[in-house]
Amino acid sequence: MLEITWLIPALPLAGFLVLLAGGRRLGEPLAGWLATGAVTGSFLASVVVFFGLQAEGEDGRTFVQTLYEWVPAGGFSVDVGFLADPLSITMCLFVTGVGALIHLYSIGYMHGDPGFTRFFVYLNLFVFSMLMLVLGDNLLLTFLGWEGVGACSYFLVSFWHTYDANASAGKKAFVTNRIGDWGYMVAMFLTFTALGSITYTDIFRGAGGLATTTATGITVLLLVAAVGKSAQLPLFVWLPDAMAGPTPVSALIHAATMVTSGVYLLVRMNPVLAQAADWAPILIAGVGGVTALFAASIAVAQTDIKRVLAYSTVSQLGYLFLAIGSGAYVAAVFHMVTHAVFKALLFLGSGSVIHGMGDEQDMRRMGALRKLMPITAGAFIVGWLAIAGVPPFSGFWSKDEILLFAWEESPVLWALGFVTAILTAFYMSRQVFLTFFGEAHWDRPLEEAVPELARQRGLRPATVSGGDEPMTDDDTDEGPAEETDSSEVENIYERGHVPHGVGPREAIQPHESSWLMTLPLVALAVLALVAGVVQLPFSEDTKLLEHWLEPVVAPDEAVLDVAGSLQLGLAVVAVVGGLIGIAAAVSLYLRRRRSEQPAVPRVLARGWYYDSSLAAFMGGPGRKGFEATAWFDRHIIDGAVNGVATLIRGTGGEVRRTQSGFVRAYAGIVTGGAIVAVLVLVLRGVVL
Amino acid sequence: MILAEVSSGWYLSLGAVLFSLGAVGLLIRRNPLVMFMCVELMLNAVNLTFVTFARDLDDVGGQVVVFFVLVVAAAEVVVGLGIIVSILRRRPSATADDVSLLRG
Repeated sequence: MLEITWLIPALPLAGFLVLLAGGRRLGEPLAGWLATGAVTGSFLASVVVFFGLQAEGEDGRTFVQTLYEWVPAGGFSVDVGFLADPLSITMCLFVTGVGALIHLYSIGYMHGDPGFTRFFVYLNLFVFSMLMLVLGDNLLLTFLGWEGVGACSYFLVSFWHTYDANASAGKKAFVTNRIGDWGYMVAMFLTFTALGSITYTDIFRGAGGLATTTATGITVLLLVAAVGKSAQLPLFVWLPDAMAGPTPVSALIHAATMVTSGVYLLVRMNPVLAQAADWAPILIAGVGGVTALFAASIAVAQTDIKRVLAYSTVSQLGYLFLAIGSGAYVAAVFHMVTHAVFKALLFLGSGSVIHGMGDEQDMRRMGALRKLMPITAGAFIVGWLAIAGVPPFSGFWSKDEILLFAWEESPVLWALGFVTAILTAFYMSRQVFLTFFGEAHWDRPLEEAVPELARQRGLRPATVSGGDEPMTDDDTDEGPAEETDSSEVENIYERGHVPHGVGPREAIQPHESSWLMTLPLVALAVLALVAGVVQLPFSEDTKLLEHWLEPVVAPDEAVLDVAGSLQLGLAVVAVVGGLIGIAAAVSLYLRRRRSEQPAVPRVLARGWYYDSSLAAFMGGPGRKGFEATAWFDRHIIDGAVNGVATLIRGTGGEVRRTQSGFVRAYAGIVTGGAIVAVLVLVLRGVVL
Repeated sequence: MILAEVSSGWYLSLGAVLFSLGAVGLLIRRNPLVMFMCVELMLNAVNLTFVTFARDLDDVGGQVVVFFVLVVAAAEVVVGLGIIVSILRRRPSATADDVSLLRG
């Protein structure tokens, strides 16, 4: 049964090729169904391989399938081969499972889009790349997938590329990721130098003999790679902007799968991490903890429904890093899986809302949608409770386990995680209340319903009240609708075409989405409810995931040494924290009318000015630095090289004249030289 | 014996005179064939010197070198004459100075 491992990536690849060749002829919705079928087949293959591995004994759960030798270069040889072990198959299962649901959803979501087939071409290519990343049996093949998902991310973020902001969001994602890719490549080179191979099985075998310095170097470089791909501080800036892509893309790539590949890489290389100096894991945990808190604090103040989820994703990925740094690899994988499920659910839910709201993404324009979109609302609420850590939803179990390990590592890390958990519960509740509860803001024209938003979009509200603030320098970071912050905001409704994420100006009639979209929502909601059962902390027997992953991570997994009562106490504290967050949101957002709700702090709404300072720095001093470097390169480095060349050419040009072409002249020179040579010898007394 | 009075100096002087004749001829004449003969003259002047020293020093090495020079000269004649003949066939009145295609 293990021999069909190659089918897992091959099916999406086949889907991609067929769609590329004949997608236009297939048209809508057949192209979508074909793509969905390919990924579903891939999921079934993963399930078969999963049971195949189950059937093997504890020690035999590693299967390498080599297709052919890819790079034979002397002592350096790389195969195209797949490594099926508990970790990679776990990843395959949720990548293809969630992926298939999102493909199905996309058939409904992308309905009527002129780029319908193109969308599924990219989506299948993405799934293929992601599976290569996960299944590759060496660092280079993983890198191939790593770059592949990056490229697909670029294609899909800029999917509606006719609008400038989307195109530049794609570029931003790609360029930011280059920094991480640099880390990946150097880590790969270093691994090869140290171990003579980049195949995972060789790395696992040789990792024990690595020098601490080398292992630390590889670990830190892998962290750089992971920080880029998984959007952690300081490189997270691309992820919120990546929301410019269609919502299924945000769900699949920027929440469930691609952004977890950094975490996957670190878990995969855990034997190397184990050899690193003590400060390296603490660095990983620190990056994760600080990012989690930082992003959560920003999510509190966003008004764009997708941006809240984007910052939430950054924050939850921070949890995963926190877990890895604490040595809790199982918990990291556990939370990765549950997060993939409930965050995909939340994104798809928000997509359903956006779809029903006529493309509107601003939460201030929503409210009271639960009656009109009952299925979406119900699914979204399940996702909300899961991410907020309310038992028995899946998020509670995984988050709790991470917090437990963080406590073991250091109470400071635990505190970071705990405060993040409170904020998570708060901002998610705020989102749910603003979207599905409270009063409706969509039943009137925009100027009347949400004057503040109308002003940002360049409309003049009909009712100019006395308390109107001067509009100078008002915040403008509202997602794709971003504009210049002059007092005269351009009216975006009078442009050639309204950008994505901006709903109609008139009253909206929200409607529930078709079954194509609600079916995946329901499926994911069920999963988000029950996914916790794979790893319940009650006894050794209920820790299914831990036993399953044991062959991969066991030697380096941190061993918990806490009493059951402490474990229970921490869980209770975490739940209480989550409830506090929810309660705060209830009193601030659910119980009050819109006008009485607190204004969000500008510093948070603008993301601590991180992105804008970065942009200001890069545009100002940073740019000067780059220009100076470019000048140095052009004039000093190139100057040295070209200078030598010019010197030699000039000298050659002068010396050339002696070559007159007259044989007798050469003879004369030879004769003269001979005479001089003889004279010198005579004068020095060598002869005569 | 009159032969005994001809010492090495004579041979060497003759070699020097022949060499100088060849060198000057090479420098001042333009006819490629004459220049070629001048080169031969210089080579044989050197040969004479070698033989002289070989006899004086009682060392057969000098004689051996002469053989080498003769062989190389023969080869050189083949190539050189071939070139000169082909040039003169195309331009019967060509001088060495007319053939300056390799000017830098």
